[in-house]
Amino acid sequence: MSIRIALPKGRLLTETAALLEKAGWQLDGYDSSLRNYRIKCGKFPDVQIKVFQEKDIPVQVAIGNYDLGICGLDWIQELNSKQSAYAPVTIRDLGYGKGALYIAASRNGNIDTMEDIKNLDGTVRIASEYPNIAENFALEMRLKRFGIYPVWGAADAYPPDRATLALISGTPEAKEFTNGIKPLKNVLDYSAQLIANRQSWEQKDLSKVLATLENIRITPASKPASETKTAYSSNIIIRQDADTVRLALPDGHQQKHVVNVLNKAGINMTDYPSSSGNRRPGSSLEGVNITVIRPQDMPLQVANGNFDLAITGHDWVTDHKAAFPSSPIVELADLKFGWVKIVAVVCNDVKANNLYELKEICIQAETPLRVASEYTNLSDKYARDNQLGMYRIIPTWGATEAFLPEDADLLIENTETGGTIARHNLKIIDTLFESTAHFIGAQNSQYSRRKQACIDELVKIFTNAVAKG
Amino acid sequence: MRVQKCKGTRDLTPRQMGQFRFVESVFRDACLKWGYEEVRTPTLEYLHLFTSTGTLTPGTLGKVYSFLDWDGWSGERVVLRPDGTIPVARMYIDTGKTEPARYFYVTNIFIFEPTGKENRERWQCGTEMIGVSSPSADVELISVALETLRNIGLKDLKVKLSHAGIIRALLAGFGLSPEEQGKAFDRILDGDAAVISQLTQQKPEMVKLLAPLLDMKGANAGFLKNQKAVLTNQLPDFVAAMDNFIQICELLTAVGIQYEIDIASGTGFEYYTGLIFQVFTKDIKVGGGGRYDALIPLLGGENTPASGFAIYADPIMNLISQYAADEAAPVNVYVKNCSIATNHRAFAVLNDLHNVGLKASLALDDIPSVNGWRIEISDSVPYYTVQSADGKKSAKVTSVEEVLKLLGGKS
Repeated sequence: MSIRIALPKGRLLTETAALLEKAGWQLDGYDSSLRNYRIKCGKFPDVQIKVFQEKDIPVQVAIGNYDLGICGLDWIQELNSKQSAYAPVTIRDLGYGKGALYIAASRNGNIDTMEDIKNLDGTVRIASEYPNIAENFALEMRLKRFGIYPVWGAADAYPPDRATLALISGTPEAKEFTNGIKPLKNVLDYSAQLIANRQSWEQKDLSKVLATLENIRITPASKPASETKTAYSSNIIIRQDADTVRLALPDGHQQKHVVNVLNKAGINMTDYPSSSGNRRPGSSLEGVNITVIRPQDMPLQVANGNFDLAITGHDWVTDHKAAFPSSPIVELADLKFGWVKIVAVVCNDVKANNLYELKEICIQAETPLRVASEYTNLSDKYARDNQLGMYRIIPTWGATEAFLPEDADLLIENTETGGTIARHNLKIIDTLFESTAHFIGAQNSQYSRRKQACIDELVKIFTNAVAKG
Repeated sequence: MRVQKCKGTRDLTPRQMGQFRFVESVFRDACLKWGYEEVRTPTLEYLHLFTSTGTLTPGTLGKVYSFLDWDGWSGERVVLRPDGTIPVARMYIDTGKTEPARYFYVTNIFIFEPTGKENRERWQCGTEMIGVSSPSADVELISVALETLRNIGLKDLKVKLSHAGIIRALLAGFGLSPEEQGKAFDRILDGDAAVISQLTQQKPEMVKLLAPLLDMKGANAGFLKNQKAVLTNQLPDFVAAMDNFIQICELLTAVGIQYEIDIASGTGFEYYTGLIFQVFTKDIKVGGGGRYDALIPLLGGENTPASGFAIYADPIMNLISQYAADEAAPVNVYVKNCSIATNHRAFAVLNDLHNVGLKASLALDDIPSVNGWRIEISDSVPYYTVQSADGKKSAKVTSVEEVLKLLGGKS
């Protein structure tokens, strides 16, 4: 049986490519342009190599889809904190991609030391992309009451008002983060690791591949391992009273659309989008406090009362409602931009052209249907409602097309033109719904008359701006 | 594809259910006789119930089944109850009680176990005595536990005693900071008994004093008195805990309960502040308990002492397999229908048989030849053909009264 290897895209790609080059692997197309997720290896033509988001690699290796993988110790630890029974074997520290995870608090809050955390009353809320590590931290600290906010990103935007602490990634020895966040405790030093599936390590001969990596070292690039910039440190003054409207704006590719609408509405923004990573931009809007977070995180953050208003896609609202049917989230206005359709996708050679035919296949199947998606709750509901028999949801962090056909059978994906899907030899068998950006708020919130008026006004300004076309 | 049961779970077949009900009924009988009242708490609790006391170790809390509820957007998580005592303590506070209470319960608890070879859902028969701090309360609990286990039929029961107050005082004696003490205690509680020997290596001057206490096993209060005499000046916190332990041991001896003092055996228990006891039969742990005076105040209740124990149904059921198999009584009357038309008559007969306390069931097609009376029903007079198990008695009768008379039931 051939050896399967998972390699990272993203921050570790360049150095991993350099390492494997030095090891003589002769990889074709494993570079920053990355056109194909399946990589041909000149030295080992029979070895199957696939590229994943770094975060997906520990899981893929742990469950045995891949024998070997390269990824950061941080994501390995995140998996092991919860699923230690499936822990992959860590074979070698590759010495590059160094970083550290920190428990951090806001410079503008009331926490200066670890002792302060212990003395807090009420719930200690921790925002992190690493929820399992954050939970372990809370348990080790014996925090009496805590809440973990798993976030897709921008954890540094949450303290002090929306989370007590953030568990974030930074450079080793980081002293300061963006957005006035300061590290209190180093929880983990990490770097890139070569890992193996436990069973493969015990039972499969991987030696020819491993031998080429022995004693190969590369000089780590000098750039920081994490995207967090250490240079920026502003003292943020959070002006907020009971009447202040707390608005969340998206980061990432939605930003350009939002800026467009803001311009049409005649709203002046300072530092949005921000080149320095500032997540609290200023604006000409009176009585509005703006924070920039991931659109995926917005429905939950509005539902739990951290924000009054947010701009996010209907897709993420639907995913949220699939997990929490009685959530107070309401869509206040359709902002019309960011149109995508949410589709069910299978490989071209699957003998199903629609959902009904897929169900027929599922009924006969000997193994569970593997459904890969970033929309885990939505996918779960879709499989449940459509009675797709025995199924498993595989959460992914992007590049989901790469999962078919080896590592998943069905994708729930968003697409604009369907081009990427076709290019990967996949086909759409069902369209779940269409999605555009929406203004969202929480139902039955007890706002003051002044605050409600401000919210209504904001929605009106945005809706009018959109209507201008 | 064949659908399998969840990893780490257990089905109970009718035979095993018989064993379970037997264990449960012996336990209930004992508890009711001693004046305990039965309670039941929900399977779902908030996670923070178990984190708030700071009494469960990170090792245990890292293995709870927790998830966001359907309305859990606030991030508040719920758990499948990982422990029997803490929910009962919460219930005591919730009901606003202040007077002492004796409670018992039969419940399942859920703890993740990585291999899936051990049960992740475990059944416990537990008691809690709330509001009483006296050593005789602890002795009562041990008595109830032993009475239950003996009545179940377990032999060679061995009681091991330790004392959380003494373990804590010892750790303080090693000069550890409160945080280090906490960590070392967590490790001891998580079952890592090597901690104590590691500590003794770090502080060799303590070894001479502590070695007898840690390594030797005492069989009566005299052992403790000797230890107290040599350690009092070294460890001031030690005295109160030791006095309490000595009192309990003397009482146990007085009521004729044999025990072994093994300080290092105090592992696997979390919120205990005083006596810790465990019951074994042939090296299998079948029960345990102890005193947890700090728990109710930590949960926000009044300063209320308490102690309790649980016996573990799963290992006990395996030990009594032979015994319980004999208990299962066969069905002793089968009612056989000749046609659909006689259905109403068959059900009426079953009803009458049940009313007089007989075990009777409808004979399914091709019933096996089991021990029991057989009644065949026809749609014409005489309606009932009654035959004994051995075939020696046989009669055709027309009324249910006559059937009952033949079967010897009281109408």
